[in-house]
Amino acid sequence: MNDAGYWSIFLNAALINNFVLAYFLGICPFFGVSAKLETAVRMGGAASFVMLVASVCAFGINLILEAINAPYLRIISYILVIASTVQLVEMLLRKLSPATFRALGIFLPLITTNCAIFGLALFQTNKGYSFTQAIVYALGAGAGFALALVLMAGVREKLDLADVPELVKGTAAALIVAGVLSMGFMGFAGLGR
Amino acid sequence: MNAPAPVEQKRTSAWSMYRSIVGIGAFCALLIVTVYNATAERIADNKARFLSTAVAEVLPVARLTVEVDLAADGTLVAATEPADLPVFLGYGDADELVGAVITAQGMGYADNVRVLYSYSFERQAIVGFKVLESKETPGLGDKVEIEPHFLANFEALDARLNEDGTALANAIVTVKQGEKTESWQLDGITGATITSVAIGDILNKGSSDWLPVLERDARGFERPQLTQE
Amino acid sequence: MALKKVSPTDEFMKGLWRDNPVFIQVLGMCPALAVSNTAINALAMGLATTFVLVMAGLSVSLLRKFIPREARIVSYICIIATFVTCVDYAIMAISIELHRALGAFIALIVVNCLILGRSEAFASKNNPGRAMLDGLGMGVGFTFALFFIGVVREILGSGTLFGVDMFPDGFQTWTVMVLPSGGFFAMAMWLLVVNWIRQRQQDAEKQAGERVREVTS
Repeated sequence: MNDAGYWSIFLNAALINNFVLAYFLGICPFFGVSAKLETAVRMGGAASFVMLVASVCAFGINLILEAINAPYLRIISYILVIASTVQLVEMLLRKLSPATFRALGIFLPLITTNCAIFGLALFQTNKGYSFTQAIVYALGAGAGFALALVLMAGVREKLDLADVPELVKGTAAALIVAGVLSMGFMGFAGLGR
Repeated sequence: MNAPAPVEQKRTSAWSMYRSIVGIGAFCALLIVTVYNATAERIADNKARFLSTAVAEVLPVARLTVEVDLAADGTLVAATEPADLPVFLGYGDADELVGAVITAQGMGYADNVRVLYSYSFERQAIVGFKVLESKETPGLGDKVEIEPHFLANFEALDARLNEDGTALANAIVTVKQGEKTESWQLDGITGATITSVAIGDILNKGSSDWLPVLERDARGFERPQLTQE
Repeated sequence: MALKKVSPTDEFMKGLWRDNPVFIQVLGMCPALAVSNTAINALAMGLATTFVLVMAGLSVSLLRKFIPREARIVSYICIIATFVTCVDYAIMAISIELHRALGAFIALIVVNCLILGRSEAFASKNNPGRAMLDGLGMGVGFTFALFFIGVVREILGSGTLFGVDMFPDGFQTWTVMVLPSGGFFAMAMWLLVVNWIRQRQQDAEKQAGERVREVTS
């Protein structure tokens, strides 16, 4: 039983231990998508939504696993559920909002191997959060992920126009920017204590 | 030259799909369960050894420890299964109660910090301290684990209870380095403020939760029949 | 279409440099940055991933005729997750301390794009022997990359290597290197080195090509 407060959980997930900048989760889409601001916003939104759904599912699965005392099935059941959730979200989006579906394009299936979603499920289980705590955690993580994505995209768009040495262009530059952003986020430590 | 024969895309039959998914599922499940069972004993041993080494470090005078838990009515009972934050009673060579060992955790600078500390009934103070788990910044926050003047706090950290024995008489709190005036204060570490303050909070909470019950019930506690230690 | 005959050694070697997962393919970065704050952790993570790569490659290759096209990804994920679970328990059995140090990142091997990528791109289309070699090569290349990042981070950030003090007492450690930012910086540094070496290789090849043209013209 974890008795951290809701605000503390949210701030922790969004800022202090930001999933991308502190835990290095979700790096692949982070570098792949953050080149343009608009795609970054969309990806952030999609990932947040999937995180919320995955969090709920993970909570449910964990209850079942503990009831039948099979902790070793955790990894395999979490990842299968996350993969199916993404499929479901894809199908739903296609039916309900074809415009959004087309805009997201390839990004939706990419969310399946997004370490951030899986990491969220694992961390939430490790910390022993209750249902509401888990929801708050997922919301915070999604918000943090989207925030990091948007900040990164903003910087990279400007960087594209700057005079960057050939060798540094591309991933190396993105990594350095990410490093500086990460240092910036360290300033949030101790918030919400 | 002949035109290549048209390639026929065979749609896999439902039976074939079903068969392979179940097959793969069975193969995976078998593998996981085998490895789990093969390593279970070793893992339990490792965990027990880690914990007993830590307990021996914080309460070296104890020859034997018994894990305790809270019953539904709030009284102290022997633990039936290992808890996440175990609490132990320690008994010395003459089977006398020498102290209690408490596990507590709380949010530090970077992430959760987990500590183990011992309480002496005789001196009504915390006499041993060890950090079990921490992800604090190396060289800064992790000083709470090794810095001599911080560890000196735990030679006898006052943890007396108030008159009705319901709570700590004085809350354990961390003060700035060099400003400790009372025996229930923790002299902090400059440069690792957040972590040292967190330790103070963790100890305060753990003690407030457990010391009232321990003080009330530990002396009259019925020790269960000894199993091999 | 003539298939280029790839020797088994080349199958293994390509993962080390030419198609290095971390620096060239830029896959599997999450663990590369997260667990590389000490050399030992980086090594352990790399070896664990290599094990999963080899075993998953072997399994996928053995079962490739039985896995229907539509259920590929799900099957691969199932198989990979199984081996990751096995590694997780194996590490817990070896050393609780190591398991605590690596934390949830062992479980996160399952979402390492590298393994899924190799299963899909290679293991599903080649025989078990080659699949294992490919997995081994990629794994070793991955481990090297992780190790180099870890060495830099540990030496600069803690002043130690494998826990052994490297500098005299006066050395002020660059603590930032063992923090997340340091992971980004260390990887950027190695990426720059790799890019620079490749750039020189390409320039050398171009010059050699020009000289040949001069001679033949």
